[in-house]
Amino acid sequence: MTQPVMTTSGGSLPLPEGLQGFVADWSSDQRAFKGVPWGKAMMWIFLLSDTFIFSSFLIAYMWVRMSTTEPWPNPSEVFALTLWGKKIPLILIAIMTFVLISSSGTMAMAVKFGYEKNKKMTFILLLITAALGATFVGMQAFEWTKLIEEGVRPWGNPMGAAQFGAAFFMITGFHGTHVSIGVIFLIIVAIKVLRGDLDHERPGFLTGRKGNYEIVETMGLYWHFVDLVWVFIFAFFYLW
Amino acid sequence: MAHAQGQQHPIGIYLKIWGLLFVLSTASYLVDYFHFQGHLRWSLIIIFMLLKAGLIVAVFMHMVWERLALVYAILVPPLLLMVLLGIGALDGGYTFLARGTFFGPGSAAPAQHVPAQRR
Repeated sequence: MTQPVMTTSGGSLPLPEGLQGFVADWSSDQRAFKGVPWGKAMMWIFLLSDTFIFSSFLIAYMWVRMSTTEPWPNPSEVFALTLWGKKIPLILIAIMTFVLISSSGTMAMAVKFGYEKNKKMTFILLLITAALGATFVGMQAFEWTKLIEEGVRPWGNPMGAAQFGAAFFMITGFHGTHVSIGVIFLIIVAIKVLRGDLDHERPGFLTGRKGNYEIVETMGLYWHFVDLVWVFIFAFFYLW
Repeated sequence: MAHAQGQQHPIGIYLKIWGLLFVLSTASYLVDYFHFQGHLRWSLIIIFMLLKAGLIVAVFMHMVWERLALVYAILVPPLLLMVLLGIGALDGGYTFLARGTFFGPGSAAPAQHVPAQRR
């Protein structure tokens, strides 16, 4: 009688590092992104495409601002607020920036606690992140209302170049939409965490894939990207 | 390797980066508050912006701990945008000059064909 012989396949071979690793990964079978969950790789590729969209908006804004012969409205004055009887330039935008950065900080910590399978902390931090995001959207709604009351429209405004309104509503509107969608998904992920979906590998409602804490990191990538885009909008639209 | 259990890093690094981002944001706000102008303004804005973007991508989005295969796939393609940026800058400047020439105050009317006998 033949005996089945047990052979050990051993652990996986160590992957080469550095540039050699890059070549080896890209020329290898099955997958190029070793050790990266598929959802995370797909999120990165989506963010890459989003990078092109936002960059196209910002470059289009650069073009209209460079080519207009009318004076461009001074953002420092347009976005000033009068607080305690003093006119402070750009203060609302500065607060919005701090709110969004703080939400990025809490998101990063939520990812960390997620991988530690600390359900309570992950849930709380995700909720704080969502609350800060909602605060940001609320402040943006306030800013839009203020500007619309002052007569800023996509086709013109009383302060100067007509293109100002078009660029402002397009860029901040698109970014605000991203933040709003992010808040909705943060709440969904938070509920999944609280319900224990990620611990029990409960299939997701959309893809039917088993739940796991990697989705918190994927969610985090999207959220940090929203913060990243704001860094560029803040520099080019509000400070320039 | 960190990838076996996903991206796990001590909480301190996130708090430090958070603090740094606050400092950099304050600094870029102060550039506007103190009305810095000219090259100083633009270079400070760009430096603070790139530092903030770099910190977010590198630490919050874990890029420093990823393998080069992913890093290059994501970070190299956006460099193509430099071409669009260059084209936009060239054309924007040209359009501005053309508008000044033809539509600005005191500019000549756009060149029109005038029949010879009416000159």
